[in-house]
Amino acid sequence: MTILQTKGLIKKFGDFAALDGVDIEVEKGEIYGFIGPNGAGKSTTIRVLLGILKATEGQATIFGKDAWKDAVDIHKRVAYVPGDVSLWPNLTGGEVIDLFVKLRGGNNKSRRDELIRKFDLDPGKKCRTYSKGNRQKVALVAAFSSDADLYILDEPTSGLDPLMERVFQECVLEAKAQGKSILLSSHILSEVEKLCDKVAIIRQGKIIEKGTLRELRHLTGTVLLVETKQPMPQLSKMKGVAGIEEKDGALSFQVDADELDNVIRYISGFGIVRMESAPPTLEELFMRHYEGAGVGGES
Amino acid sequence: MDKHLFAETGSLTRFVLRRDRLRIPIWILAFAASTLLIAVAFTDLYQNAQERQAIAETMKNPAMTAMVGPGYGLANYTAGAMMAHQMLLMTAVVVGLMNILLVTRHTRTDEEDGRIEMVRSLPVGRLSNLISALLVMVFVNIVLALVIGAGLYALEIESMDLEGSLLYGAALGAAGLLFAGITAVFVQLSQNARSVIGLSIGFLLLAYIVRAIGDIGSEAIAWLSPLGWILRAEVYVNNYWWPVLLTVGVALLLGAFALYLNSIRDLGAGFLPSRPGKTRASALLTSPFGLAFRLQRTGMLAWAAGLFLIGASYGSVLGDLESFFADVDIMQEMLVQTEGFSLTEQFIPMLMSVMAIIAAIPAIMVVLKLKGEERSERVEHVLGRAVSRNRLLGSYCLLSFIVGFVMLSLAGLGLGGVGLSVMEEELALSMFFSAALAYLPAILIMAGIAVLLVGWAPKLTGFIWLYLAFSFIVVYLGGLFQFPEWVVELSPFGHVPRIPIESANYMNLAVLTGAAAVLAALGFVGYNKRDIGR
Repeated sequence: MTILQTKGLIKKFGDFAALDGVDIEVEKGEIYGFIGPNGAGKSTTIRVLLGILKATEGQATIFGKDAWKDAVDIHKRVAYVPGDVSLWPNLTGGEVIDLFVKLRGGNNKSRRDELIRKFDLDPGKKCRTYSKGNRQKVALVAAFSSDADLYILDEPTSGLDPLMERVFQECVLEAKAQGKSILLSSHILSEVEKLCDKVAIIRQGKIIEKGTLRELRHLTGTVLLVETKQPMPQLSKMKGVAGIEEKDGALSFQVDADELDNVIRYISGFGIVRMESAPPTLEELFMRHYEGAGVGGES
Repeated sequence: MDKHLFAETGSLTRFVLRRDRLRIPIWILAFAASTLLIAVAFTDLYQNAQERQAIAETMKNPAMTAMVGPGYGLANYTAGAMMAHQMLLMTAVVVGLMNILLVTRHTRTDEEDGRIEMVRSLPVGRLSNLISALLVMVFVNIVLALVIGAGLYALEIESMDLEGSLLYGAALGAAGLLFAGITAVFVQLSQNARSVIGLSIGFLLLAYIVRAIGDIGSEAIAWLSPLGWILRAEVYVNNYWWPVLLTVGVALLLGAFALYLNSIRDLGAGFLPSRPGKTRASALLTSPFGLAFRLQRTGMLAWAAGLFLIGASYGSVLGDLESFFADVDIMQEMLVQTEGFSLTEQFIPMLMSVMAIIAAIPAIMVVLKLKGEERSERVEHVLGRAVSRNRLLGSYCLLSFIVGFVMLSLAGLGLGGVGLSVMEEELALSMFFSAALAYLPAILIMAGIAVLLVGWAPKLTGFIWLYLAFSFIVVYLGGLFQFPEWVVELSPFGHVPRIPIESANYMNLAVLTGAAAVLAALGFVGYNKRDIGR
């Protein structure tokens, strides 16, 4: 079941197209990673999905409803955490959490207190005294103590320390285990790699690649590290081989999935001493799409 | 100079000037232009000594003294004496406000937002920031004093000689410096910019009220207020310089005290303790309306107290009015135009109109708060949850309506309650109440325009303040400038029946209320259509 979907989403600010045809779809029970550098259009997409910005063209639906027209209905089942959490300086964190939970409807006190403990937040302090990480904790506690069906998280961990990041990941996986869906925008690629079932990469307002991590890796191929008794003179000229580097007397390179068989046959003729293979990291995938393409754009 | 305290003060001073390269000239030009225009207007309106003397007679009453200060030289009311009497205090109050805002902007606001931390991580002295802000204020107030002093002299108005004109400017500059000093001290006390501004403006109002009480009652009390000091320079009459020097001296002491406090405190800290807050929200705070109220509660309480006090202080002089006017023939000729009404009754609508315009300020602020919330990216927390835009904007509208009603009621009750206790005349408290509430539709129009702007053109919300200022000028100074009727009617405040000398015109009030509703409804349409936060 598709929980969230955008089709040909375009958002223009004056002449500038912040979104230039964005298509993503999040299925039920899935963690969907949304990655791209700052200014590529992640937050704009999310704001359109929340009905805060009105799409210039295209469709954005959540639970099958229009994100702009049925915003209030949709929001009853959505929990949102913005990347840069700006809070009311003269309210305490505890007050803000209660307010947020109430505004969505629903009230789960024990869950709230448990999360406050887990995230190690002092709810009695005024928000003006909170650091960025603490403000994010307030938004996260409010989001995860509400009983939502869809979590929209916009770079939620950019201010958290590694311990808290782990707590966050537990919360996300717990939600997934309960069959909830999560749209996670991030530029912390290791986090996305660890959590997400599917990934969409956005650049300058366009989705340039999407699919499961496995599919994306298939597009890129495998990274091999090979040490042979004799040198391999023809390796660099072989089809499907790229990015050859020397490491500790061995060679590391990328091989396209289609050519893997040929390449292995060729290598085995030179007396393999050591061979390691690893799927490309998301970072390598990401960089491949961005390198030489000019990064980002203004949002 | 001690390097660890003062290093790079010069560069920071230039930086402050650079950041305010438009703001400061605009303030100074606005002061100079309004002062000079009014000086010219006075000489045009009252062309000979006789006319001025007639006006002087109208000024000889406690209400005027409470409002603009004691009248020096009323016996020989020259254009200069008139200027110093009617304009110096009001201008000084606004100069004080400018100093409060500028000092806070460059000290606590920067500190609260973490910018001072960045500056302090550079090889910059611990006190350099505060000193540079204060140096800029010294510079601003000196320039202001010279521009206004030279400008007034350059008008070549007979009674405005060089010394008097320079003293007029200097009195304004000195008052400005004093409030810069006060603000600098409050900056050390409180941890956040909002309460610094609140405390400083509170002090300014207190100074105004203490002076009003002192000017009517006892000279000794008037000396408790710095605003009382500068009036005692008796500009254009006796030209005493020492009250101005006293004010500057105290300002310097305050500045030094602020620097001392700054040198012994931690960055980001204040001397007023910050209390631990609640860990749970009260039941009130769990709706958009509750949030809107909570965010503005302190400010609104201050406004409510202020309006009641203004009403009460006007009320306190009502008792003297009648007996006073009875002695002055010329006054009776001038004011008694409406048969069957006492002087007091004729005075009430004039006081009410001024208080209604003041009461409009918090009502408008409530609506504009929503735009501030949007700019601070906090509206999305609310709209991102199950709250519709109509409900959000509606909450602010409802609060604005309530605030307008409460403010007007308090002003009317303050005026009536205290007035009746000091008057011999028998008037009904309910009359004061309806005289006040007659202005509610006019306030609603202002709030309605604010809603319209928030809905369609959030960047242009400043327009509403211009319109309110225009309303103030035509209503308050309307008599002085003799505006034609249609100009007065451009303001909603010009359409309000002047109770009790006019009967309540329900038709007018209904039309005004309807217009306010239409303006607000249009605002809702716009707010539902536009992007939030761009």
